[in-house]
Amino acid sequence: MTYQNPPTIPRKSATFDDYTLSEIRRAAATGIYDIRGSGAKRKVPHFDDLLFLGASISRYPLEGYREKCDTTVVLGSRYAKKPITLKIPITIAGMSFGSLSAPAKEALGRGATLSGTSTTTGDGGMTEEERGHSETLVYQYLPSRYGMNPRDLRRADAIEIVVGQGAKPGGGGMLLGQKISDRVAEMRTLPKGIDQRSACRHPDWTGPDDLEIKILEIREITDWEKPIYVKIGGARPYYDTALAVKAGADVVVLDGMQGGTAATQEVFIENVGQPTLACIRPAVQALQDLGMHRKVQLIVSGGIRNGADVAKALALGADAVSIGTAALVALGDNDPRWEDEYQKLGTTAGAYDDWHEGKDPAGITTQDPVLMSRVDPIAAGRRLANYLKVMTLEAQTIARACGKNHLHNLEPEDLCALTLEAAAMAGVPLAGTNWIPGKNNS
Amino acid sequence: MHTTNLATAAISRESDHSPAKYDLARTPLRELNQALHNVQPGSNGTAFEVINPKGSHAVAVGVNAPITVDVRGSVGYYCGGMNSEGTITVHGSAGPGVGENMMSGTIIVKGDASQYAGATGRGGLLVIEGNASSRCGISMKGIDIVVHGNIGHMSAFMGQSGHLVVLGDAGDALGDSIYEAKLFVRGKVKSLGADCIAKEMRPEHIAKLQELLDRAGVKDVKPEEFTRYGSARTLYNFNIDNAAAY
Ligand SMILES: Cc1cc2nc3c(=O)[nH]c(=O)nc-3n(C[C@H](O)[C@H](O)[C@H](O)COP(=O)(O)O)c2cc1C
Repeated sequence: MTYQNPPTIPRKSATFDDYTLSEIRRAAATGIYDIRGSGAKRKVPHFDDLLFLGASISRYPLEGYREKCDTTVVLGSRYAKKPITLKIPITIAGMSFGSLSAPAKEALGRGATLSGTSTTTGDGGMTEEERGHSETLVYQYLPSRYGMNPRDLRRADAIEIVVGQGAKPGGGGMLLGQKISDRVAEMRTLPKGIDQRSACRHPDWTGPDDLEIKILEIREITDWEKPIYVKIGGARPYYDTALAVKAGADVVVLDGMQGGTAATQEVFIENVGQPTLACIRPAVQALQDLGMHRKVQLIVSGGIRNGADVAKALALGADAVSIGTAALVALGDNDPRWEDEYQKLGTTAGAYDDWHEGKDPAGITTQDPVLMSRVDPIAAGRRLANYLKVMTLEAQTIARACGKNHLHNLEPEDLCALTLEAAAMAGVPLAGTNWIPGKNNS
Repeated sequence: MHTTNLATAAISRESDHSPAKYDLARTPLRELNQALHNVQPGSNGTAFEVINPKGSHAVAVGVNAPITVDVRGSVGYYCGGMNSEGTITVHGSAGPGVGENMMSGTIIVKGDASQYAGATGRGGLLVIEGNASSRCGISMKGIDIVVHGNIGHMSAFMGQSGHLVVLGDAGDALGDSIYEAKLFVRGKVKSLGADCIAKEMRPEHIAKLQELLDRAGVKDVKPEEFTRYGSARTLYNFNIDNAAAY
């Protein structure tokens, strides 16, 4: 027997993988970059790469069902006359009316209120639905200033100056014509149906010195009552946190690269910004260096999914976390019950991210009256509240196992890392060693 | 950023009809703005005078009633920010962002204005009797702005709605990425920004401009001397063949 031209099996390139090839073909056919919603889909070091150590002989645990583990958090105690107290350290992130339907916004307000936490407006102004159904509402102050007005500023419970977003640090908002309904157009003072690309920089300030004066102005307008947050994307977390504190922020909101977006260029989502895990320690370090840790609160977002993620973010020094994508999933986003319709859109449940097109079968990222009527704000709000309750119970379970009677007592010393990368980013030892890459010389 | 001791504040009002006078050399800014916010509907004390502003920021911000505020001197950033219904006169020059996001009422700057005058303004009238710097009327959303002198570059950038009237000249890139704001310039325009074009002055534009000139107290200037600029609307929906315009 002789070998005659033995075949190799077909081999696809790791560099030119199927997704890459499809993107080249798409670009060649259309001449325009890919726009989509959701956050970074590539795998980056994340909270999954950390583990809690738990209690042992040197640390004793708390009784799971008997001993209290507090979850309250106070935000805005630095300067605001009326700081906010939340029952749980998990807030609902800013998502615009326009990107989301009115019933979805209402559901977020209802779910947050049932859970004793806050929800946030977004690029597009404050709707009556969300003000009415949100006990604690954070009002975003964005570069576009769509719908911005002093009445809403005064009836907000806190004000969040948005400098950046983790999905697109350095990028502005985007809402394409399909979603600019009459109501959205009116709130934004724009013609119906146009592709709306909002500014990436604020129109009337640049840099930290101006920001300080801008914060002063907003405090004066609101008589120093409201906590003022500054939201930054995960670009240079140490310096951005320090500068936000210097400018007078009460709270810093830090959104890592996995953070969701309503619509952004794929290339931006996947290639700009640092992973959430890598952002927390530098931000906490900045607060500590300024003597401001726990005085200026830090809210972390970008890929928070469960109580373990909450506990890990808090152990690394955050005061609270914020969720966007996960909250939408709790409302019903990407639910397999709509699989037939996802298939018709050329996708599948779990992968649907063409949120900018306004055709969301689940009725969440759309302005189509028929589709959005699929969201029952009361039932969806209840699901969100259930989910927040589970996350909180999970975080408490872990905290008790580590012997903590408040989630804020979790600390980096409760953690180890599964990978070198995560150990370096989180500043905790690689499992089984006392090695923190970049920290000690061993 | 801290509010300072209020104890030394001296507010004088000579009679019910004379303005309440705030001396910013002696009274903290916080006290001034709080007093402006405390005015109740139907109140008699609706006239205020501010002396010694000396470039203070956030003077008379968040006014929410039909009061008059006369500021004797020059102010820093954001004077009259978010004004609703108030009539604020700066007897001097104004720093960046004068009248930012104003909703209604009138702001008059007797001198010059720095960058971003009237930024994102949603209503009311802003009159600048001197010149305005760059980005005048940036992102304007319904405000009317009348500038007696010249304006700097990138003015009315992304202007969504409202009117910008310039008796003098405009700098580079006027009306870049403009939406539906209407611009009237009497002098030269150094260059137009992306998607901004000269447009025909129809009778309704002449009438509107005359009304704005009248409201701003401009005399001896005819609407026919102006050119109207606005959006060509070619960038309203993304088209790859326009990519070079960005
Ligand atoms: C549909 C959608 C709309 C959003 N709109 C805004 C917005 O208007 N302003 C903003 O600051 N962030 C916006 N974000 C980002 C969120 O506030 C938050 O930073 C992010 O969703 C957190 O990451 P996560 O989705 O992984 O939880 C949006 C996110 C989503 C998913």
